[in-house]
Amino acid sequence: MEILNQLRTHTADDLTEIKIWFKAAPVSDFPENGGACVKYKDLQIAVFNFSRRNEWYACQNLCPHKMQMVLSRGMIGSTEGDPKIACPFHKRTFSLRNGLCLNGDEDRISVFPVKVEDGFIYIGFTR
Amino acid sequence: MVGLKFCEKLVARSENFEIIVYGEEPRPAYDRVHLSNFFSSFSAEDLLLTAPSWYEENNIKLMTGELVTKIDRHEKVIYTHSGRKDHYDILVLATGSSAFVPKIEGVERNGVFVYRTIEDLIQIRDYAHETKIATVIGGGLLGLEAAKAMIDLRQETHIVEFAGRLMPRQIDDDGSSILADKLKELGIHIHLGKSTVSINGNGKLEGVSFADGTSLETGLLVISAGIRPRDELAKNSGINVHSKGGILVDDFMKTSDENIYAIGEAICHNNIVYGLVAPGYEMAEVVVRQLIDDQVRSFRGFDMSTKLKLLGVDVGSFGDAFGETPGSMPVVLKDNRNGIYKRINISSDGKLLLGGILVGDATQFNLFHQMVANKMPMPLQPESLIFGTPSKQDGTGELKNIPDSAQICSCENISKGELVFQIIKNGMSSINELKKSTKACTGCGGCTPMVNDILKMTLETLGQKMKKALCEHFDYSRQELYDIIKVKEFKTFDQVLDSHGKGDGCEVCKPAVASLLASIWNEPIVHQSTIQDTNDRYLANIQKGGTYSVVPRIAGGEITPGKLMAIGRIANKYSLYTKITGGQRIDMFGARMDQLPNIWAELIAEGFESGHAYGKALRTVKSCVGSTWCRFGVQDSVAYAIFIENRYKGLRAPHKIKGAVSGCIRECAEAQSKDFGVIATEKGWNLYVCGNGGARPQHAKLLVTDVDTETCTKYIDRFLMFYIRTADPLTRTATWLNKMEGGLDYLREVIIDDCLGLCDQLESEIKGLIETYHCEWKKVVENPELQKQFKHFINSDDVDPALSFVEVRNQKLPSNWGNEKNK
Repeated sequence: MEILNQLRTHTADDLTEIKIWFKAAPVSDFPENGGACVKYKDLQIAVFNFSRRNEWYACQNLCPHKMQMVLSRGMIGSTEGDPKIACPFHKRTFSLRNGLCLNGDEDRISVFPVKVEDGFIYIGFTR
Repeated sequence: MVGLKFCEKLVARSENFEIIVYGEEPRPAYDRVHLSNFFSSFSAEDLLLTAPSWYEENNIKLMTGELVTKIDRHEKVIYTHSGRKDHYDILVLATGSSAFVPKIEGVERNGVFVYRTIEDLIQIRDYAHETKIATVIGGGLLGLEAAKAMIDLRQETHIVEFAGRLMPRQIDDDGSSILADKLKELGIHIHLGKSTVSINGNGKLEGVSFADGTSLETGLLVISAGIRPRDELAKNSGINVHSKGGILVDDFMKTSDENIYAIGEAICHNNIVYGLVAPGYEMAEVVVRQLIDDQVRSFRGFDMSTKLKLLGVDVGSFGDAFGETPGSMPVVLKDNRNGIYKRINISSDGKLLLGGILVGDATQFNLFHQMVANKMPMPLQPESLIFGTPSKQDGTGELKNIPDSAQICSCENISKGELVFQIIKNGMSSINELKKSTKACTGCGGCTPMVNDILKMTLETLGQKMKKALCEHFDYSRQELYDIIKVKEFKTFDQVLDSHGKGDGCEVCKPAVASLLASIWNEPIVHQSTIQDTNDRYLANIQKGGTYSVVPRIAGGEITPGKLMAIGRIANKYSLYTKITGGQRIDMFGARMDQLPNIWAELIAEGFESGHAYGKALRTVKSCVGSTWCRFGVQDSVAYAIFIENRYKGLRAPHKIKGAVSGCIRECAEAQSKDFGVIATEKGWNLYVCGNGGARPQHAKLLVTDVDTETCTKYIDRFLMFYIRTADPLTRTATWLNKMEGGLDYLREVIIDDCLGLCDQLESEIKGLIETYHCEWKKVVENPELQKQFKHFINSDDVDPALSFVEVRNQKLPSNWGNEKNK
């Protein structure tokens, strides 16, 4: 549970709270309509290139259901227009906008803002 | 559980109450009904009924680990053991029950436990490390649950029951004997009519002695002799309790103090203590309605019908199970061979079903239960209810006769009328939508088949069919999409979605379309890796902890010593756990994602290729040694198995496919449990199709007899291709055939008599797939660009630091699921 709290201390309610834009990797390294895992300090962050919508999302790599570091290997999609990620283990799905679990009672996951500049992906953290 | 249900019901309907919950145990409410699951999953968290944050989100103050010791009814204040005090306006006692422990000599010895709380279970688990034999005293519902737990703890398990039969409250002697036979098959020893007089031991527990002079050796003892209401708090506070236990309440769950209600197993209503959860939920409903002053109703007792599955054995008991109604006549089916017992009790005029007992097969429980509860008319020959094929009777024919008031989901108290209303007026057209809108099926889940039938029936009356649509993004079935992709020559998921779907796709339609594209064009799936399920994306099977397992193809189970050594060397080098699979090959577990390309480079260099264990594809064709070595063999089963495994390797299908070839009628390769199975005869081969193991085993059915090798192969070709074209996603061949109109006869007409004129096409399609076979791993090993996605971090060469292993039996195993480590 400690790790979930640690993740939360890095998230922001709005963009003004973002202190650090972490330069993660070039856009071209990410698969289309899929994700990859970024290492930031001791944290694992899942970043998704939702190229079909021309959007980027980032969330914790940890699935809170069985506490597994795998969300970046999951499949992205949408439900009624809202972007979501499905955990590869047991198909728990989470909103990529607000981190809420969409098909169960799992804890909310932490989500992070993403920006694209000069061909690079940046993820926003509060610290 | 009942206390939590009360809170859920109250906060859902009113915001006018400040709710404070006191609980003695260290954790929030958990699921005692499925307590024994703790031993199969070892997770207390999985048993929690709601997230701990739920209380906070609903403004409920939760005080765990606080035992309320006294109620000052005059001042309306409660006191806890830690000295805390709190005011109340209304008090609801849901104090539950404790295990009843009879006064037996030696009951205080180490190694004697009750079976009631997670703490009990933790103690039992820890103690069982040192013991081999466990005994459960009590053969009732809870006792059998406890016995299941002992089996999970790998104990030699004994059940001791005072009465002359198991589950004496629910089933009769004949039902018990069938149940006992089934339990014995599972290795449980059963001792009936035994009165325990002493529990023996010297320092630690050694055994128990019975009144008839016999004794039993045991290292662990679980006492499960019934429950006693926890009424001591009420009693000490001057609230009236029953002389045999239980807080006395009226029909509105009110105790002798008008500000105090009591619900659940702690109470006694009309001289009955209810030891089941459903009546407790109804009591909670009765109190909530009074508090919010809306549609107030009384508690009128509760049907004690029970259905459960114990160690894989169905047991149901409903209505007047023992036929105690005057004039009642039993009709009994007792089938020792199949382990099935059914008893129905019929009213003296033959018009009503009064109750009954089902053991071994309780598929008709819901229907019978409804027939009793709603006094539904019986067929002219009541015996037809239990004789003959049940599948025809539990269909939806009788469902129409159930009145709208009939309670379908007893946990949430949902009536048939409510379900029909949701379907007709609110447009619910899938079981998931119904679950969301009504909460039906979300408790014990026992009503799910019936809710499904009601949904199907109601939709049919509306002229609709249950949605065959793949998901919200495609209004087409898999078979329709197959034709669309083929005719329009679509090669990518986005092409299909843009032209025939909407939205962005999801975890349901992406792998389904990926499978169709592979079945039609057989292009390397790695080129569209992000629409694949994780196993197909990384060409390996994801396992607990996030590592993968690797299975090279070993066609027909035949392997040279040199290749065996190569597997051993590679597994050793990468420190992989190895295990022989059920399909006669070798599985190597514990590979990190980043190691997969290197492991495969070495395997391919040794002459191996992908085993497609990760895909919905042909897995293995198992074989016995056949006529080459075996003195009984009549055909060369190994050679034929290798031939067909290599013929269909890499073939993508709606689900996995397994085959087998046996060299004679002794059937050592178990071909009749496979999607296609071939058994040698003196004259050639018999071909069986559509069998499977798994949760619902089904024997394969005989398609043709005594055909030569070439003909046999031709029929398998056509069979597989017809399946690939027409089955729903994730449907095994057995289920596909079960749903097929016309069944096996129709299948035979299509692929042998060619009644649809389709066979030439089927053969040419499968030929195309066979000719385009490629080893997916070879493609990756030859292409550095494709290997990039196997790195754990995109911005670092570090490996996943979250991986952790333990050593067991000289090999590595993954640590438990992450949320179990902290417990």
